[in-house]
Formats: sequence, structure tokens, C-alpha cells
Amino acid sequence: MKLIFEKSKPGRRAGSLPRYDLPKAEVPDELARRTAPRLPEISEPELVRHFTALADRNFGVDTGFYPLGSCTMKHNPRVNERVVNLPGFRDLHPYQEEEATQGALELMWRLQEILAEVCGLEAVSLQPAAGSQGELTGLMLMRAYFADRGEAEQRRVVITADTAHGTNPASVAMAGYELQKVDTDARGNLDLDDLRAKVDERTAGLMLTNPSTLGLFDEHIEEVAAIFHDAGALLYYDGANLNAVCGISRPGDMGFDIVHINLHKTFSQPHGGGGPGGGPIAVRDLLEPFLPVPAVVRDGETFALDYDRPKTIGKVRGFCGPFGVFVRSYAFIRSYGPALREMSEAAVLNANYLLARLRDVYDLPFDRLCMHEFVLSARSLKRDHGVTALDVAKRLMDHGFHPPTIYFPLVVPEALMIEPTETEAKETLDEFVEAMRAIAAEAGTDPQALKDAPHRRPVSRLDEVKAAKRAIVKYGFDEHPPTPVAGERETLEAQKGS
Amino acid sequence: MSFLSLTEADREAMLAAVGLSSVDELFRDIPAGVRLGRALDLEPALSEPELVAHLTELAERNMDTGTELSFLGAGIYNHYVPAVVDAVLSRGEFLTAYTPYQPEMSQGILQAIFEYQTVICELTGLDVSNASGYDGTTVAADACFVAKHATGRDKVVLCETLNPQVRQVVKTYAPGFGLEVVEVGHNGGVTDADELREAASDAACAIFQQPNFFGCLERARDLAAVVNDAGALAVVHVDPVSLGVLEAPGSYGAALAIGEGQSAGNYQSYGGPHYGFIAARSNLIRRMPGRIVGETTDLDGERGYVLTLQTREQHIRREKATSNITTNQTLLALAGLVHLSWLGPQGLRELGETCMSLGEYAKARLGFPLVFPEQTTFKEFAVRVGRSAKDVIREARAKGVHPGYALGRDYPGLDDALLVAVTEKRSPADIDRLAEVLGDVAG
Amino acid sequence: MAADESYPDDLRYHPEHDWVRVEGDTATLGITWYAQDALGEIVHYEPPEAGSSVAKDESYGEVESVKAVSEVVAPLSGEVVEVNAKVVEEPETINDDPYGEGWLIRIRLSDPTEVDSLLDPDAYRKLTAEQ
Repeated sequence: MKLIFEKSKPGRRAGSLPRYDLPKAEVPDELARRTAPRLPEISEPELVRHFTALADRNFGVDTGFYPLGSCTMKHNPRVNERVVNLPGFRDLHPYQEEEATQGALELMWRLQEILAEVCGLEAVSLQPAAGSQGELTGLMLMRAYFADRGEAEQRRVVITADTAHGTNPASVAMAGYELQKVDTDARGNLDLDDLRAKVDERTAGLMLTNPSTLGLFDEHIEEVAAIFHDAGALLYYDGANLNAVCGISRPGDMGFDIVHINLHKTFSQPHGGGGPGGGPIAVRDLLEPFLPVPAVVRDGETFALDYDRPKTIGKVRGFCGPFGVFVRSYAFIRSYGPALREMSEAAVLNANYLLARLRDVYDLPFDRLCMHEFVLSARSLKRDHGVTALDVAKRLMDHGFHPPTIYFPLVVPEALMIEPTETEAKETLDEFVEAMRAIAAEAGTDPQALKDAPHRRPVSRLDEVKAAKRAIVKYGFDEHPPTPVAGERETLEAQKGS
Repeated sequence: MSFLSLTEADREAMLAAVGLSSVDELFRDIPAGVRLGRALDLEPALSEPELVAHLTELAERNMDTGTELSFLGAGIYNHYVPAVVDAVLSRGEFLTAYTPYQPEMSQGILQAIFEYQTVICELTGLDVSNASGYDGTTVAADACFVAKHATGRDKVVLCETLNPQVRQVVKTYAPGFGLEVVEVGHNGGVTDADELREAASDAACAIFQQPNFFGCLERARDLAAVVNDAGALAVVHVDPVSLGVLEAPGSYGAALAIGEGQSAGNYQSYGGPHYGFIAARSNLIRRMPGRIVGETTDLDGERGYVLTLQTREQHIRREKATSNITTNQTLLALAGLVHLSWLGPQGLRELGETCMSLGEYAKARLGFPLVFPEQTTFKEFAVRVGRSAKDVIREARAKGVHPGYALGRDYPGLDDALLVAVTEKRSPADIDRLAEVLGDVAG
Repeated sequence: MAADESYPDDLRYHPEHDWVRVEGDTATLGITWYAQDALGEIVHYEPPEAGSSVAKDESYGEVESVKAVSEVVAPLSGEVVEVNAKVVEEPETINDDPYGEGWLIRIRLSDPTEVDSLLDPDAYRKLTAEQ
């Protein structure tokens, strides 16, 4: 498919702007643009066709089953799109006077109250733009808290699980902490002996998601919390897996002091191909003074922004955060009310159903009931037929499914992490089971079909090594390398024949 | 109202397959001590019509720029978002897709990001762009992180004419990065090159804004030169819709260009979600934070797109990553691509020229003393209104006009200064109305 | 085109999967078969500058594959006298010939006695078996 620049024709234009009969204002010569940027010159019909063609080459939750573990690819309610486009939200300037933004402030305040209740904690900031930014903010809160107590130099270490999301260690480094890892035991819980050996007066805190990325609830979570609190440290909850436990168990009650929530996972903000998201944080009272500014507060029937927070860590993002995301998540939660619990129950039931029906054809590293997601391994397929988790994933595409997460968590070889979410129908789950079983069988009879998969997508398997080597990250216009590179096509044809 | 597809019969069959008799049993591994044991204390569920009514009631208690004639800017702007943007963003294949880790399922998003990266490089005159950052504030923190590791120095310089929220966010991130932050004050609404040279002498980078927070054009070429002479990276925070009339930072010595993308393609939306952009010279490619899309071929030699240089990112390098960003702002960046494609190079230039000529018209019609009369401005300018700007705003709003931003909020000695923004959505008649209202309420 | 597994007798090994060939008062450094196999096809090599110093047990550069970026660790200390330009151009040379054409840097040794603390091929082979 052509790039939009390859459809460009000099003199074509889609847009029109008002023109006024006013004198032109001059830009000083040394600051003036010399060469026009090579933006596409395209008509509106061609523009619409181009993006429609791109959409046709893309797969979303709207298209089909999307069981990416720890991503919570649930259906995104359409009513949310309607309300986020109400002019009073969509066309509201963030510096508008507070008396004229009471609806927006009230929405944020109510969302804060809701998230505090869901998490079992006391104070909330909606500011962080994504889960990983929530993590970083939480770690900054930790640092500010200990600095306030004169323990900043003493407490330099944050502990994470060996099954942690990649963002956890990266956030720890960005916050200026040292990282230490703790092992997972054979049952999928944190290894308590390993933990006790590692937690001491140098520990600032724990970063953990519960259930873990293995989809397993840590059965000793109360003990884990006690170990850290006894050492004067804090517990941070990575909310990526919150979809499993809403209304059933709350991170605050588990002993966590800081929680980030992924609004684009648990609370239905559409993923948008890579964002936007929202990563609000909920904290125990003792951390409230350090939250980012401004705080959204209520005084009787009036709502306001409070900047007078002397101990605040500052600001992690512009304004109050991604407001449009709050509108959608607020609408989603108001659609459920207390029945949010049923959302989690369905998510966990769907996952266990798939687990029950697939455990005899793939390896199961941890033999327990799962929560909202579970991990299988393709290790036997690799050993017996040379077929890897990657090959399984690519072949699933030919069955009309988006693959699950692969090669994560790192503790499971040839991992396939599957999270169906609560919105899937049983029939879809049954079709997925059939596809997975068919692929496992095909590994024995025709492994090459798997290794050459996908066969039914707009492109066949893409060469990621070549991408990293060539590092072509923008269109080069007249200097753009041709595709295929000279001689390549002949070589490929020759290889395919053999 | 719920969005579940399971029926009671489904649940029974599924529980049977799992070997359990009730949904409660699914949670048997959760210790009793951490079970909630009661219903969540949330308001009862709303049906869809009730939900829409409730949200509408909340929205109607906000005064938006469609209802009130507004000249408010200060970092977020009331530009026209064309209908094609809404149309493209409503496609479910874009809206509901995840980050494109499985490229064969995601060629639409991947190619769109590649096109976006190209557009950002064209606007900024640089060699590599990422797939977006969170907003115009966090990309400044990202740039400091890049500069620290590229130069080995741990001081960054911020100009006072850089958006106050951008400066505040950099200062929030700085301690964790091990960075010292120094500021260079403004001189008549712009930055003095000699003062900047002095401050940048042992810095990793210096960040200035073009046009700056006051709407004034900095001597960008000179500023970049003195920063480069000092051995620091010149980082320019730019307005994307100014780059049809203003020179590309890459052409005057910038190592990095960053900015808030909102003016290109996004509604104001009370501050977010929007997208930040960051572009750099080619030698910094392996230090770039965030996602980058690269071109490659498939098994048949056909062209395709993949996330590349992923080893820099959080999910492989983990604690040695160039940043921790995962979910970024792809959909909003897609909106930017559509908007800029709709404009084309001619349209972008006209947009810039229109903003500037409307700005000159407004300065003349308002007749108030300019705070920085020596400076050329782009789409915003500051005037002195003879009394507290906050009071003037309140009284002007009572007459249906929001006249602008009170600069005294962020800058000493400017309590009587109003920052007036004029975009292509404002006509000369609108400006006449502003002049009339301000004439009534100013001191 | 990757090489077959081997750990030549004339080399000494560092537990971080780096090798050294001592030649009088200079030495040639690189990464082992085990390292290149774990990384997969190498797409980028970030070398140190000629004239800079490297220290035993410390990182002196990076190699990058699609899967991971890895630091390369110096088994011995010294001053960099030559960087292998071929590997910079064609990083996959490391996979094809990790001990020959895939060498990374040559150094002038600052303390030749350091070699005593390195592993011989058998000890290194045992280490990789335990990983």
C-alpha cells in the first residue's frame, strides 16, 4: 500500500480556511521558513480513502477477539464516545474560570471518590497520563514521603517481582532508586524466604501487581504487606490486573499504600492503537500531602482546584490530566454501579473456562485456578516439533484472532499470556479454543504452515531484524530506498521454490 | 447496564467445564482477610439514556469556547479541527486497537505512525521522531533525559519564557534523573543570548520556546548557536502550526525539537488527552524515548512496518531503558497527521499567516499598550489593561467574552497583563467585539 | 549463517560471556558463541573510541539484537588501540565468526597478571551449562 506522500500531487489540497483582507504580518528574515515542509498534497476524497484503507489493514477489539494478557482488551462502549464529544467537555479550555468549569470539576471529583472506594484508599490524583507515568508518580511520592521523614538517604531500594511488567524496573530507575528482584515460588506466589532476606532498613518499598502477570492471586499477600510495613517500607500496587478483583478484594485492604489504575485497561478507555491512556493514583492518607498539584477539591456544592500544597512533588503532566479519558471511564463506571463486581466475576470465569479447555493441549506452568488471565507454555511444541510461541501467535491470525501476549512473563519459556476479558461471548471463547487446539495438532502434522504464518493478513511475516538494521524511520521522498532492495525479490523467489 | 455477553446458561456450562458449582469458588485463593465482603459503595447503575442525561447536565455547567467568544490560549488553543479528523478517529479499527506489537495485525496503525513520524521530521527539519509522548510538558523531561545521557552532564537550562507548566514538570522529574535545573530570566519578553550562553556552559541541554509563552519570537538562531558553542544540546519547544511560516529548528542548530501537538488536530478537551512530539538529529536515534516505527519487508518482499529499536524500551531493557513510556498518545497523533494532511504545505502556511495578520489587527484595534512592543508575535500577544487582569477577565466574561490569560499568575510584575490569543477561528468582527468589551472594562 | 558452538583453547573467558586472546602486551576482545546465540542476530555495535581506557569487569560498549541490548564487558584492563570497523558496518559478523572476524576491540594491556583470574575453556563451558 502506498504511503500518503506517494499519493501527493502538487497543487492538490483538502482543507479550506477563512481568508481576511488584512495586511500580511512579516516574519523577520532570519526566523522565516525557507523550505516548505513536504506535507501531503491531497484532496479530501483521497484522504478519506487513504485512512479507510489503513483502517481496513488494522484489527481492533471491534474487529474480533483480542486476548492480550495484562492489556484488558474489553469492549469500548459507544455511549462513551457520544458523551466525550459533548461541547461542554470537548470545547472546554483548561484555563477557563473555575466557576465556569463546575461540571468538569465535579466529574473529576466524583471519579476520584469512585476510585478511592474501588481501591480501598483515601486520596486520589487523576493527573498521570498512563500506567507507567502513574508508577513513576507513585515512586516520586515514596521518595517525597521518606525525605519528609529524614529517611531519603537510608531507603534507596525498591523491590519488584521477577514476573513484573517491564515498566516497573524502568520506572524504578527513572525515579532514582536501585532495583532488587524477588523470586516467584512454584505455586506462583512471592517467595517469602527470599523476600525476608531482602527486605531491610534500606528498602523503600515493593512494586507488585496482584494478581500477578501469571494471573495468580498471591495467597500470602497479608504476610507480604506485614514484612514491608514492619521494615518501615511502603507497598505500591501496579493496577494493570485490577480487572480481576473489582468489588472482590481491594488493594488498600491487601495492604498496599499507593495504587495506580489503568483507565485504558480496567475502565474501558479505548486503546487507540497505543494511547491515550490514563494512570490515576490512589494513596493512603499519609501520602496525600505529596500528591501532584492541582488537587480537585469540594467545598459544599462548589468544586475547585487547590494549588496550595506545600509538600507536593509538583506536576507530572499538564493541567489536571487527560480529561477526555476521565469522561469515558466515569461513564463506564456509572453504567455498572456496584455491579462492577460482576464485571470482574465474568472476567475471571471467562479466563478459567479457557484454561480448563486448553490445559490438556499446552503446558501449564502453574496448576491453580487463575484470575482474569493465565499463562500457557508452548515449550512441548518447541521440543517436539520446533514450533514456538511466536509461530502459534502468527497462525492464530489466520483463524481471525489477535494473538495473546507472547514471551511474557519472562519466567515462563515460550509463554502465551491469555486474557479474554469479561465482554466476550462463550461462543467466541469456544471458537478460540478450537483454533488453539487445531494449531497444536497442526504443529505435529504441518509445522511449516505455522512457521510461514500468517498467510491471510495484508502482509506475511515481517522481518524485524532488517527493520532494526536499516532503521528507516521516516519517508525519504526522492531518497527513499526502493522496495524490495535490488536483487531481493529474485532471491526470495528462489528461496520459496526450494 | 452492563457490557457482558454471558447468559445464565453460559455461566452454568462454563462453571461445569471448570469443575466448580458457583462463581464465588473462582476466588477461593483470595484470603478471607482481604475480601471486601460487602457491595462497593457506589451509586446505582444508570441506563444509557440516564447516563447521557447525567453527563449532559454536567457538561452544560461548563462554559465552552463554542458558547463564549474566547481569546484564551497560553499553551492550549482553539483551532479548527476539520471533520475528517473526527471521521478517521471514529473508525473502530484505530480506536479500539492496542499498541501494534503484532505487526501483521496492525499495518494500518503502524503505517499511520510512520507517516506521522515523517510529518514531524518535515515540520522540525530533524531526522527521527518517536510515535508520540504524553503531552508538551513531559516531552521536555524526556529531552532532558536524552541530553543527560548524550552529554554526560547533569545540569539543564530552562528559559523563563518557556511555558510555566513545562518548567514545572521538568523540575518534578529532575531529582529522579539526577539533574540540576537552572532558569534564565526573560529580557523584554525574550531570552538574551549572552545570558543563555553563560548558563549553558556546563549544561546537558538548554530549552527555549518558539514562539515563546508570551507569543513572542525568540532570536532562535542566535540562541541555538550559543547553546551549541557551550557544548550543550539546543532543545526547541515549538508550536506545530507555526512551522509553515517559522524556520524549522533542525535548520538552525537544534539537536531536539519538542512540543505540544494539540494545535494540530485535537480539541481542547479541558487539557487532555493530547500528544507531545519529540524529534532529534540522527545521531540520537538510539537514545530516543518511546515507540518508533520502522520500514521493513515481509517474506514475500512486500513493504511493511514494525515497531523497531524496541530494545531501547521498557519491555526489553527494563531498568536500563531510555524511558518507561508504554501507552503513549497514538490516536491523538493520528489526529495530528490527518489535520496536517488536510492542510497541506499551502494550508499550513496560510494558517500561520492568518494567525499573524489577525494578531496585528487585534493589537491595533485593542489599542492597549503592548507589554513587549519590540517583539514580533505569532498568534498571541500581551497587553496591559490598566488594572488587575483577573478582574478584567471576570467583568469581560459577564459580557460574554473571555479576553485571555492573566500573566500575573506566573510572572511577577505582570498582574495587569493579559495574554490574548487569536487563531483562524477568530474573525475581525470577533476582534472588534473584544475591543468593545475591553474598552468598557479595562482601567 | 551463525557459527557452530565452540570455545577455542587459546582464549580465556569472562563469566559475562566475553573472551580475550592475549598476544604479548596486547589483547583482542570479543563476545562468546553463547552470548551471540542468546542475543540472536546482532543488528548494531556501539564501540568505544580508540585511545579510551577499558577496565576489567566493566562495560566498554554495547551490542544490540532485536531481542535485547547487551553490554560487552572487558575481561582485562588496557587502552583501546583498534576498533573493528567491519563489525560496526556488518554487526552480524559477530554471529558468523565470534572469535575471528567478529572481534570487537584490541587493547594494550595495563596489567597482564589480570589474566590469571579468567576462566579456561572447560571452566567457561561448565558455567554456560549451568545457566
